Amino acid sequence: MTEVALQAVDLVRRIEGDVSHTLVNGIDLAVNKGEFVAITGPSGSGKSSLLYLLGLLDAPSEGEVMICGQPTSKLSESERADVRLTKCGFVFQFHFLLPEFTSLDNVLLPMRAAGVMAEGEMRKRGLALLDSLGLAEHANKRPNQLSGGQRQRVAIARALANRPEIIVADEPTGALDTKSTEQVFSILRDIADNGQTVIVVTHDPALAARADRRVHIVDGKIAEITERGGAELVSPSIAPCEISHA
Amino acid sequence: MKLILNIAWTHVSTRVRQTLVGMAGVSMGVGFTIMMAGLMQGSQLDFLRQLVDTMPHITIEDERRSVPTQPAEQEYGAVQMADIANVGKRPGIKYPESVMNSLRSWIPGDVAPSAKTTAIINHGGARIGITLTGIDPRREVQVSKLASQMREGKIDDLSRAPNGIIMGEALAEKLGVKAGDTVLLIGGQGIQLNSTVAGLYRSGMKRVDESQIYSLMGPAQVMMGQNGVVNQLRLRLNDPMLAQKVAAQVEAQTGYKSVSWQEANADLLSSFTVRDFIVLTVMGAMLLTSSFATYNIISTITHEKRQDIAIMKSLGMREYAVRRIFIIEAAIIGIVGILFGWILGYLLCYGWSKITIFSPLTGTTTPISIYYSAMHYVVVGAISLLCCAGAAYFPARKATRVHPVEIIRGAS
Repeated sequence: MTEVALQAVDLVRRIEGDVSHTLVNGIDLAVNKGEFVAITGPSGSGKSSLLYLLGLLDAPSEGEVMICGQPTSKLSESERADVRLTKCGFVFQFHFLLPEFTSLDNVLLPMRAAGVMAEGEMRKRGLALLDSLGLAEHANKRPNQLSGGQRQRVAIARALANRPEIIVADEPTGALDTKSTEQVFSILRDIADNGQTVIVVTHDPALAARADRRVHIVDGKIAEITERGGAELVSPSIAPCEISHA
Repeated sequence: MKLILNIAWTHVSTRVRQTLVGMAGVSMGVGFTIMMAGLMQGSQLDFLRQLVDTMPHITIEDERRSVPTQPAEQEYGAVQMADIANVGKRPGIKYPESVMNSLRSWIPGDVAPSAKTTAIINHGGARIGITLTGIDPRREVQVSKLASQMREGKIDDLSRAPNGIIMGEALAEKLGVKAGDTVLLIGGQGIQLNSTVAGLYRSGMKRVDESQIYSLMGPAQVMMGQNGVVNQLRLRLNDPMLAQKVAAQVEAQTGYKSVSWQEANADLLSSFTVRDFIVLTVMGAMLLTSSFATYNIISTITHEKRQDIAIMKSLGMREYAVRRIFIIEAAIIGIVGILFGWILGYLLCYGWSKITIFSPLTGTTTPISIYYSAMHYVVVGAISLLCCAGAAYFPARKATRVHPVEIIRGAS
């Protein structure tokens, strides 16, 4: 049986106010370990909101997110921060690198925050990550000395720093040129091929087509799930994903 | 912790101008507060020193604090006494030599007898009321600084001049007399005595210099009309601050009213308390104001770093860890500011101590008194650091409470 890395059960995110607004409306989704899932949908469909819920950046109004079989809805904010630090890696549309720090220092940031490895070991891993993404010679440069694609690759290296189970990327190629977009997507593909789970929100149907699965969201609900190669698994609002209570 | 320090240091070191302004604000606050503390305490201690030097630390007088218990009161508890007359009682302390010998056996200082009375000094048409204190020159040096306050003549000259007196320079100036001149003393019972001015002193307190004159015991007793009487014992202690405690013990032992210098100047000392309170309030306000610079800088940094805060939180750094970054930044600004503030404070104090001012009261030019105390530096530094930490805490707390999703969405 395939091991589930991340699972959403009847996930709802509602914004309360004078007019209540539902961003995510009862989503069930299971993502297997090593799977590359693309979330697509029109603007305002709730795909980024779903991603933030899956990455524990946001808390659901209802439902449950389980990471490696562990329920997370009852966790305190500090415990959720610990899970994010060790189990999730984030890549955003904007690189969000700390501007005063070098590429290497930015990559070391999550490792230093976790405080598990020795400084020498961290630097070694940081340099290896940058090298693997073709940034070895840019290790001591600051973000303002790098191109958009290079910055995004540094952000990916940072996301990989603590060897997280899951990489969550919110339109990571949204601000990049074609060449950089291709590079970034190839890297994410390689990450998934190496056994880490990748969930990407993207507007680009061509890139989404390269994912193992494409989850199309409309109005906060799963409208369609398509496997690589085009096989439609689910049609409107039915999500019979495999649920494993590990 | 190393990461937090690293980020904090990076933030402050990449904003050199802002950081320097913050440090300058703290330095100014600390420096001027230390200067004020040194000036205020210096002037206060200088005044107290003059006060303590001028007067005996404890004065034992030939009176009781309360009316002695009457025989009728001892017999009948319900008796109420009123208007008790002091009939036929000779003034003065009984057996003064015995009392002094007894006191000398335990007090940490020395004691001398005196005969104190009031008189009018008459010279050249001027009539001025004065206090005449008869002293024993040999013993006086043990209990007062009169010998060192002499400007003309010596205490021993009292014995050489006929009915010799020593008066303050201010009084001499008022009367237009100088050493060697003769003045007329008129006592309360009409007794008149021609006295020779044997010497002039200056205590530094005009009130004393204009009203206090000294003679030998004999002339003072003559003016009182009570030969051989000693109506005052004056004590000088090795540590003037013990005066209140010793005075209470002396009073308990002798039964005579014993007044410490603190009690004699209670109104003055209470005004010091009010002054201290005002000064502390002003100094606290100065430190608080200087911490506003830190508040301003940390507010600016946290505002500018909202995205960094969001990303650090999204990466898994806990809220308190992110908050600590900004508090450490304030601490860096505060600590460096305090170090420079200490130097500034010392230099200001040193500068003030080199300035001399003329006192129209004493007629002398003296340097401004500064009190140097390590405690000033420690206390001012600690309060300033606390103000800086407080100034950083609130903007840092506000900034780190922001939900990272709000910032990330806003930036995308």
